[in-house]
Amino acid sequence: MSFLSYLISGISLGSIYAIIALGYTMVYGIARMLNFAHGDIIMVGGFAIFTMVSTLGMAPMVGILTAIVVCTVLGVTIEFVAYRPLRGASSLAVLITAIGVSYLLQNLALLIFGSNARQFTSVVTVPGLKLAGGRLSISGETIVTIVVCIVIMAGLTGFINKTKVGQAMLAVSEDRGAATLMGINVNRTIAITFAIGSALAAIAGALLCSTYPSLTPYTGSMPGIKAFVAAVFGGIGSIPGALIGGIILGVVENLSKAYISSQLSDAIVFSLLIIILLVRPTGILGKKINEKV
Amino acid sequence: MAILEVKDLEVYYGVIQAIKGISFEVNQGEIIALIGANGAGKTTTLQTITGLIPAKAGNIIYEGEDITRIPSHKLVGMGMAHVPEGRRVFAQLTVLQNLKLGAYTRKDKGEVEETLGSIYARFPRLEERKNQPAGTLSGGEQQMLAMGRALMSHPKLIVMDEPSMGLSPIYVNEIFDIIKEINEGGTTVLLVEQNAKKALSIAHKAYVLETGKIVLSGDAKELMNDDSVKKAYLSE
Repeated sequence: MSFLSYLISGISLGSIYAIIALGYTMVYGIARMLNFAHGDIIMVGGFAIFTMVSTLGMAPMVGILTAIVVCTVLGVTIEFVAYRPLRGASSLAVLITAIGVSYLLQNLALLIFGSNARQFTSVVTVPGLKLAGGRLSISGETIVTIVVCIVIMAGLTGFINKTKVGQAMLAVSEDRGAATLMGINVNRTIAITFAIGSALAAIAGALLCSTYPSLTPYTGSMPGIKAFVAAVFGGIGSIPGALIGGIILGVVENLSKAYISSQLSDAIVFSLLIIILLVRPTGILGKKINEKV
Repeated sequence: MAILEVKDLEVYYGVIQAIKGISFEVNQGEIIALIGANGAGKTTTLQTITGLIPAKAGNIIYEGEDITRIPSHKLVGMGMAHVPEGRRVFAQLTVLQNLKLGAYTRKDKGEVEETLGSIYARFPRLEERKNQPAGTLSGGEQQMLAMGRALMSHPKLIVMDEPSMGLSPIYVNEIFDIIKEINEGGTTVLLVEQNAKKALSIAHKAYVLETGKIVLSGDAKELMNDDSVKKAYLSE
């Protein structure tokens, strides 16, 4: 029964990774860049909720909505100010800029909120479940996280397949020049991608801080890197890949914490990544990128 | 009446001048061919017209409006479609998704469905394969898809870059027949081709490009009988 409990909380943790990984994978797929500041958007979302709910005493839902708006605006602004001028620059220049933006966000948060960990009040009001005569208990946070992840995946898949903007995203991700010839505004499509990824980061921030209620300027850093691993693991650029990668990562991490060593769990996770990439360099669902003739 | 006028166009790649001040006109309802050898600047000229490459000097006038600095993606809505060199279909998307992306700038769903019907009528093979990823089509079918996709925007002017490149002779003939049909349907065509013989056989007027300059122009039938053209481009 304890195995089942570890498994379920692993799936829940993995769901958070998956939601963050979506931001990485969509931005990579469409803008062909790794936005290493993505993890820090989560932290900004966390502080937005903390400020609204704990400091100003607003309802949790207001806090979440504020975080979504703040993160979306922030994501689009970062894209416009830091990344758009580098469109067409070497990918290394863009990568370095992204790392710079990441440190900028962390240090701004340090300046405003200080380095002390804040106690984050869970935004989840759903009660937990007790199953099997009380031997298996599942927290409200766990349930909400898994449900939210499923809803986001379904919603996003529908959005990409059914809407014009979604189809434009697919076109841009495959061939930017040809997409332009269809009348698609590539810059606007990339901005929309950042908006969606950042809004998802805000939601991930709410779920992450509700499950692990300690908030510092570095809160987004490690989950961000792990979600990046999840995205690569599943096949960067692939939306179902982000889900599979995230869940596997969360489950492996949680089970190794429970059964092997909680100190070694991260080492195990990253070793697994190395092995997967040796066997399948494109990740589980990744497509080989065809050379353009 | 000229639908497109190119005036003293100059294009550079870094310090290298690719287009050295060319001027030409495309009249409404005609097929205009730009012919020339590899590296003469044909594709560069087309890509500059559709805004993919910036012009250093000169003007491009479309329907009386200067479009030299208008971003590429806005030209589709103005009625100019570009069938790019190498077809550039979205290989991972289905044939139908590709065609619908061609109509990206159009709002009226009913009209788009109508155009889709007419494209299926013109290219029955695209309808047969509408749910197949475009990457699984043969070269000739991909060329048809690229043309169909451009037609989905309901263009007044269609710009085609090397539509016969890499195709088997049977497909080459079919593609040129289709270009003629498209033109007879009222769409103006600006055609870039290395297959000069075929291009001249369907064009009304033609311009011969050599290392970034127009060296010869005139009626397509006359150019076909021009000795220097015969020698250089018709391999006779």
